[in-house]
Amino acid sequence: MGEFYFIRDILLPPLLEGTIVTLKLIVLSIPPGLIIGILMAVGRVYGNKLISSLCTGYVAFFRGTPLLVQLFILYYGLPSLGIFFSPLTAAVIGFTLCSGAYHSEYIRGAIQSIKSGQMMAAESLGMSRFKAILYIILPQALRRAIPGCSNEIIYLVKYSSLAFMVTCIELTGAGKIIASRYFKYTEVFLVIGIIYLLMVSVVTKLLNSLEKKVRIPGLEVGK
Amino acid sequence: MLEDLAMLYQALPYLLKGSIVTIELVAGALALGLVVGIPMAAGQVYGSKPVSKIISFYVWFFRGLPVLVLLFLFYFGLFPLLNLDLSAFAAAVLVLGLRSTAYQSQIFRGSIQSLGSGQMLAARSIGMSRFKAICHIILPQALRISIPGWSNEYSIILKDSAITYALGVMEILTRGNFIATRTYKPMPVFLTCAVIFLILTYGGVKLLDLLEKKVRTPGYGGRR
Repeated sequence: MGEFYFIRDILLPPLLEGTIVTLKLIVLSIPPGLIIGILMAVGRVYGNKLISSLCTGYVAFFRGTPLLVQLFILYYGLPSLGIFFSPLTAAVIGFTLCSGAYHSEYIRGAIQSIKSGQMMAAESLGMSRFKAILYIILPQALRRAIPGCSNEIIYLVKYSSLAFMVTCIELTGAGKIIASRYFKYTEVFLVIGIIYLLMVSVVTKLLNSLEKKVRIPGLEVGK
Repeated sequence: MLEDLAMLYQALPYLLKGSIVTIELVAGALALGLVVGIPMAAGQVYGSKPVSKIISFYVWFFRGLPVLVLLFLFYFGLFPLLNLDLSAFAAAVLVLGLRSTAYQSQIFRGSIQSLGSGQMLAARSIGMSRFKAICHIILPQALRISIPGWSNEYSIILKDSAITYALGVMEILTRGNFIATRTYKPMPVFLTCAVIFLILTYGGVKLLDLLEKKVRTPGYGGRR
């Protein structure tokens, strides 16, 4: 019975506060991450040599180094150059830059899977390249990129726990504090695990229904 | 700038020792994942219903939780509860390995299922047992197809190994953090850590690409 009261009265209130911070981290990181992903993907496929190699370098750096190292650079490294971020801001910037790099890979693959005839047809109708990308290529490519980008967003939900390493007290951090104070690691982290599993399941469901919703009948890939 | 370089020159051997720890961590976790992941994949595809249910649950659990939560749960919670007195390094290898098992089993399952059921049927029809067919017909083909996915898994585990910093495992980032606090020069130190990780990531991926080319069966799987 003591366990029940411990979980209900002592553990859950701070965990809920932590969950709100976690959700904030996720929600704030997704849209700018997607925008970076789209820009990088378009830059790599359609940019001139300079732009495309810059984008490739960006993606290589952020996919080749651990997110935690990136967060350390942002939070502990940049202050020595006079740039200060709050823990939450540093975490959001880190998640955005990193997930942008991963998104760009999925979106690039999707863009390249659109047949080149689409671009030629758009240009032959008198569209500029920019217009063709915006109105012809991207609406098709982004739909195809949804499964990959969904994966990345689910990763983001889980990796949001790394914000704790730069002292942002989110779900894992809030739990760690309680666990060390009461020395109940198993109980606390099992409850946290359940919350993460719930979040991951809900996000998966939402993204699946988004994919169904925006599907164009007759244009699915391989179905 | 010059003193930064002098500091890095002094710190580099210490950091590189950390990269050996990182490599040991990654190798241990990948090996554990490989050894357990292959039978798990076979079990999920060919096993009875309860077996494949249990495996699916295992995979769902380890793929649904953040590494950091798993590390805390096992190192501070479950291992002491089971009276296992493990060092941080051993606990980290075990947790990363158990998690990698879940991911690797799905990589192998995908390749096994991509083979087409005709292979199994043909093997059975020439009198092989199910077990023999899996060992001699299915796996040699499936493992070859799995290499690209496996190289992905390598780079994920490598990057996740940095999170064992939270348990105080003496890998690259933990050592980098010590140096950064000691010298008060976080920027050059963490950038150096990033470069070491970059080299390890792309070096490993290159090696696995070579392996894939080397073991490829000519005329087979030539989609790429």
